[in-house]
Amino acid sequence: MNKDFKNHIEKSLSKNIRIDGRKNDEFRKITVETGIISTAEGSARVTCGDTEVIVGVKLDIGKPYPDKLDEGVLMTGAELYPLSNPEFESGPPREESIEIARVIDRGIRESGTIDVKKLCIEAGEKVWMINVDIAPINMDGNLIDIGALAVMAALKDTKFPELKDGVPDYKKISKKKLPISKLPIEITILKIGDTFLVDPTYSEEKLTDARLTVAILEDDSLCAMQKGGEEPLTQESIMKMIDIAIKKSKELRKFLA
Amino acid sequence: MGKLLVNDKDIVVPGEIIAEGMDFLPSTGTYRHKDNILADKVGLLSVDGKVLKTIALSGKYLPSRNDTVIGRVIDILMSGWRIDINSAYTAVLPLQEASFDYIQKGADLSKFFALDDYVVGKIIRVTSQNLVDFTMKGPGLRKLYGGRIISVSPTKVPRIIGKQGSMVSMIKDTTGCKITVGQNGLIWIEGEPEQEVITVNTIRKIEREAHKNGLTEEIKSYLDKNKIEIKNKEFKKETKEEKPKEERTKKEDDESQGEQ
Amino acid sequence: MAYNKRLDGRKFDETREIEAKAGVIKKADGSGYFRIGKTSAYAAVYGPKELFPKSMQDPKTGVLRCNYNMMPFSGAGERVRPGPSRRSKEISMVTKTALLPVVDLTDYPNAVVDVFIELPQTDAGSRCAGICAASIALADAGIRMKDVVTAVSCGIVDKQVVIDLDYAEEAYEGGDVADIPVAMIPSTEEITLLQMDGNISRENLKKALEMVKEPLKKIAEIQRKALKDKYK
Repeated sequence: MNKDFKNHIEKSLSKNIRIDGRKNDEFRKITVETGIISTAEGSARVTCGDTEVIVGVKLDIGKPYPDKLDEGVLMTGAELYPLSNPEFESGPPREESIEIARVIDRGIRESGTIDVKKLCIEAGEKVWMINVDIAPINMDGNLIDIGALAVMAALKDTKFPELKDGVPDYKKISKKKLPISKLPIEITILKIGDTFLVDPTYSEEKLTDARLTVAILEDDSLCAMQKGGEEPLTQESIMKMIDIAIKKSKELRKFLA
Repeated sequence: MGKLLVNDKDIVVPGEIIAEGMDFLPSTGTYRHKDNILADKVGLLSVDGKVLKTIALSGKYLPSRNDTVIGRVIDILMSGWRIDINSAYTAVLPLQEASFDYIQKGADLSKFFALDDYVVGKIIRVTSQNLVDFTMKGPGLRKLYGGRIISVSPTKVPRIIGKQGSMVSMIKDTTGCKITVGQNGLIWIEGEPEQEVITVNTIRKIEREAHKNGLTEEIKSYLDKNKIEIKNKEFKKETKEEKPKEERTKKEDDESQGEQ
Repeated sequence: MAYNKRLDGRKFDETREIEAKAGVIKKADGSGYFRIGKTSAYAAVYGPKELFPKSMQDPKTGVLRCNYNMMPFSGAGERVRPGPSRRSKEISMVTKTALLPVVDLTDYPNAVVDVFIELPQTDAGSRCAGICAASIALADAGIRMKDVVTAVSCGIVDKQVVIDLDYAEEAYEGGDVADIPVAMIPSTEEITLLQMDGNISRENLKKALEMVKEPLKKIAEIQRKALKDKYK
């Protein structure tokens, strides 16, 4: 990264003006659509500026984990499709896509968003497996927040297929929805120079000194965190970033209403 | 009897029949198939007597001699630098083209141009295999400090510059920003933060609407509606002094499509 | 029982509903979206750009690469495992050979043009939808091409020649089924992709290939309109 150019942008950020003219704590325009994929049991498309993410949920029946015999299984995957950004390449999943999937997964899993015990069909033998896949179509930054929002929208949209002789019949979808009790929202705060900002574009992400992703529940409690970037953060910075995240989470949660 | 099926300045797309019969001749962006002339690129049709050609609306930059472009230093070689010029092909800046000053053999080249430096340079040679030589010797050619770089479709560059540089001058005058437009679609902008945002938004608008008629008027009223006062008068003065003419070659002016 | 009425009520030579767009992927050099019924495809073109490793370069012309991929939730049954499969690699290859005859990359020696095709949902005909989206994307990227390539399947369901089979028809159990994906250069009527699954007589094949021409030309018009609509 060219230092001169970075300094120039930092100067602008210190006046609360971002590359695209937004304020530091301002999100781009968000849209949420659900039920967009006919082959998935639940789906959503979320756009935020030039970032666009599709999430599909497939339900399946499988064996539970040996240490959780009466619980269903939630699995979250993400791929950085080379279609979505010139800098992504074909090949096995990169660290970034695994991080995105795991951070989003943690926010949902650790909060107990889904009552996994209700996904048990026959303890020790058969449980529902929830496969969530995050597919960015247009990647212009902030995939964690937008991906997480799309995952929650898709999970809320998900309906169980009917069971025929213990096997799901994907042609017959019931009205029964997933047992969802909470709505975690993930907010990522970027630190560039001395400035904190939300909803970074891809070019802003390249200037990251440090970042913090926080998953937040309706009662403002935190249910997952991830610090990223190469620079350290002071406790004071962390608390400031969490305050911004809590404030912004309320705005984003409205899109799940 | 030949027949033109599409109007002048209409958008044509690959495989579209533009004219029937043998009265017309194909040129850039068009070809003959049996009795018809068809388009082989997305573009604006330009009817020049019997010659049917198109002006491309999209496509990557293909290096061409005498183009002034903005590049980024991506490698330091034994006796020169490798420059990314926003194209499928990189350019080489040889030692003797880097400066009017004498550079001693074995000197630390990064003192002249370091990795990630942005430069305004000129393409001096392109081979059949698209090997590209680059120079920094010439009026307006220089290293860029500060500011920001945006990328636009190189096919829209003539519209952004405007006839005799009229479009870019209008933006400079309104925003007080310094602007250098590279033929390769990279544009350097420096000014007050809020003015840079207006500049970028205006350039994006020109890029989106480059194929439309009456663009200059449209952009003029867009700037009038969105302009804010230039606080730092120094910026304004500096820009006025900097003659935009120098930054461009004659070729760029010739290529500008002008107004309808 | 003869197949005298299609399962979804279409005419025998009628495709499913089609939607096409250009310029849907903002950071790509060119892009396209193509939906036919419940099968949809996105395609993005990146390039011409530098090709590595150097051993893959061709000093005479630019190289075209295609990559077809189904998203994990895009299949009607179980989740599709991410990553390349034998099926997706073969489809990537035939997609490339379907597009190559119209594409001229001689201005770009040693360079590469990458085409990435992603399918969010499928209901048969996914490779044809992918080819249609890819050819919109290539044209949108300003690549020189003498025509758009257009593709749809034809075939037979219990002795009846039909166009654009969906899954339900492919799985029809009342008689022989043949599914024939076809790609064509509309201006010359040359065929650039031809595959078949099933059982068909020589006579019926000829009938099917005749019947598919008109629908293909209509699809080409939809693709061309999508390219123009981007500039409205």
